[in-house]
Amino acid sequence: MARVLLENVTLEKGILCPVHSLTLEVRDKEFVSLLAPSGSGKTTTLRIVAGLDRPEKGSVWIGDEEVGDMTPAERDVAMIFQTYALYPHVSVRDNLASPLKVRKTPETEIDRSVKEVAEVLHIEDLLDKRPVTLSGGEMQRVAIGRALIRKPRVYLMDEPLTNLDAKLRVELRAEMKRLQKELGQTTIYATHDEVEALAMSNRIAVLNQGRLIQYDAPEAIYTHPKNTFVARFVGTPAMNMIPCSLEEKHGRKILQAGAFEYDITDFAEAVQGKATGDELVLGVRPAHVELHSKPPVDGGIQASVYVVEPMGRMTIVDVKVGENVFKVKVPHLFEGKPGDSVWISLDPRSVHIFDRKTGEAIA
Amino acid sequence: MARVELKNVTKRFGSLTAVDTLSLTVEHKEFMCILGPSGCGKTTTLRMIAGLETPTSGLIYIGDEIVNEMTPSERDIAMVFQFYALYPGMTVYENLAFPLKAQKLAKNEIGRIVRETAERLNISQILERKPHQITAGQAQRVALGRAVVRKPRVYLLDEPLTNLDARLRAYMRVELKRLQREWEQTTIYVTHDQLEAIAMADRIVIIDRGVLQQCDTPEGVYSKPGNRFVAGFVGSPPMNFIDASLVEADGRLLADCGPFKTDLSQFSDIIGREQRSSEVVLGMRPEDIKVTKESIEPDSFQAEVEAVEPIGDETIYDVTVGEIRLRALTAIPLDIYAGEEAWLTVDKNKLHVFDRRTGEALL
Repeated sequence: MARVLLENVTLEKGILCPVHSLTLEVRDKEFVSLLAPSGSGKTTTLRIVAGLDRPEKGSVWIGDEEVGDMTPAERDVAMIFQTYALYPHVSVRDNLASPLKVRKTPETEIDRSVKEVAEVLHIEDLLDKRPVTLSGGEMQRVAIGRALIRKPRVYLMDEPLTNLDAKLRVELRAEMKRLQKELGQTTIYATHDEVEALAMSNRIAVLNQGRLIQYDAPEAIYTHPKNTFVARFVGTPAMNMIPCSLEEKHGRKILQAGAFEYDITDFAEAVQGKATGDELVLGVRPAHVELHSKPPVDGGIQASVYVVEPMGRMTIVDVKVGENVFKVKVPHLFEGKPGDSVWISLDPRSVHIFDRKTGEAIA
Repeated sequence: MARVELKNVTKRFGSLTAVDTLSLTVEHKEFMCILGPSGCGKTTTLRMIAGLETPTSGLIYIGDEIVNEMTPSERDIAMVFQFYALYPGMTVYENLAFPLKAQKLAKNEIGRIVRETAERLNISQILERKPHQITAGQAQRVALGRAVVRKPRVYLLDEPLTNLDARLRAYMRVELKRLQREWEQTTIYVTHDQLEAIAMADRIVIIDRGVLQQCDTPEGVYSKPGNRFVAGFVGSPPMNFIDASLVEADGRLLADCGPFKTDLSQFSDIIGREQRSSEVVLGMRPEDIKVTKESIEPDSFQAEVEAVEPIGDETIYDVTVGEIRLRALTAIPLDIYAGEEAWLTVDKNKLHVFDRRTGEALL
């Protein structure tokens, strides 16, 4: 059992990225991502779990033990960093073996473990090479292998894929997810890359300025962001956010955005019940905006094409509605060009409404 | 007229051929991206156009002139390596005026150009502010303005967005594209980021090991890659490749991939004419593979799901078919999970076939 529990953990003094009263439970065998922009306390949190930093307040549990007084070694966790801390002058085989040698593991067992880990990570061919001759991706695999080999209770990973090129990142992402599942090791993974967090995690803890903002499954984080911070941070291209105000017009409740209005009569009551005022933000993801070359039956919102960005399997079209720019994601090719008149409609099931003052999601 | 043309340009550094008989025409007002992995010769190409390197052989034209013998300043080009930080002590106006002062232009002329540039960049309202009083997006636009304020015949940009974070990069991509269209300046943009190239360019030239691989529109490069290198380099997640042998049976042409066969009879004319050997590589983009619970076509084949990666609007399925690993991508999440069996069906009209030896596209 390697459940990890942080209870009201606070570390504010003397470090760059403080953590404020953080409570977070990571279940046994779970893959949890700490997702946040840089400088938000992700690394601090990992270091506290690892025992490299001591919190001023709160407690840390691993399994059933309170580990506050334990040294990093006693906690039996492995930390993997962004930069690959390998011994440059010894072979990959010896790099992998070193954590076991330190523990005086018998030679035959070391050999077996090295082989096993090399196989899982597809680095069998590299065993006799030195790190200096390896590519970035290969080095990171070796670094991961060195953490895997001694089978600690918990893996703590600090942006391990950040320094790799895009293609390799996609490759290793899937591989690490598969590995983690296969090995069934509790893993806490810090990243600022929302796609990585969505793709790999069982649950994602979104942090902002050292505070936990939302802790949920990837799908929930994506479809039900708790506030404007999470909504903006998760999703590429980012959610369209249009400031607007709740008004009454001809007996209907509308969101008035200046250049257009959006009817929310059907759920206005729920909105009014939760909002602190009439100042709101309308949020809609680029994939949930429909683009039409002719006015749709229900009217739609008139817009003009601003910039067209083909992306291979899809196209991102920036359209202007008055002074507001909407990003629209259309599958396949888009034939229009800048200046063309188009109409957009927003899928009502996918519209988010936030309170402008508090930033909280209210619908 | 600022057409740029390279005729059989070769650049050698000692025994290394960095650029090998490259011929290329960039039309007047065109936005051309030179795309390739690091070390492919793309920056060397740009530096030769700028006059910072001299070709070992071949001719370079700007407009109607051969520029091989001209100094960089005589060529009237602007080379931007990256958007440098602004001078913190100077206002936005002074930052923009700086390159013009260096040219010893008259004061009122400088004023006119700065105001015009600021207008185009939507930064007129912040001209009197200092860099620390503006947003990151504005600062990037000022930096861009400073790079382009003196209006040369050709802009040469060398990975200018590389050091920005993902959000700002996406934002600047749109700005740059919009400005280039508005200014109608011939632009040559070097990048290793295929998404950047696809999103911004009118045409893309792809280079590998100093040799031109393909020059085409973004759509052309994506949907009709001329060889396996281009097919693998453009697109993320990348195209799946499967080694296969062509076999004829009962008057049908089949690609035997080992665990499954794909009927290519409908293409037998095209492939048969081109192909002498039976060793081919099938290429399929992740979005062209359909994942279902049941078999939906005679050609559907069974796979095991290794990992499911939700990435927001889309979901990536990492699967194995025998020893073959494939990636499929769907826009709608499916009720299929890691560890389960699934059926895959490839959209035949989007299938790519390459000669295994030469890498050339056969289909």
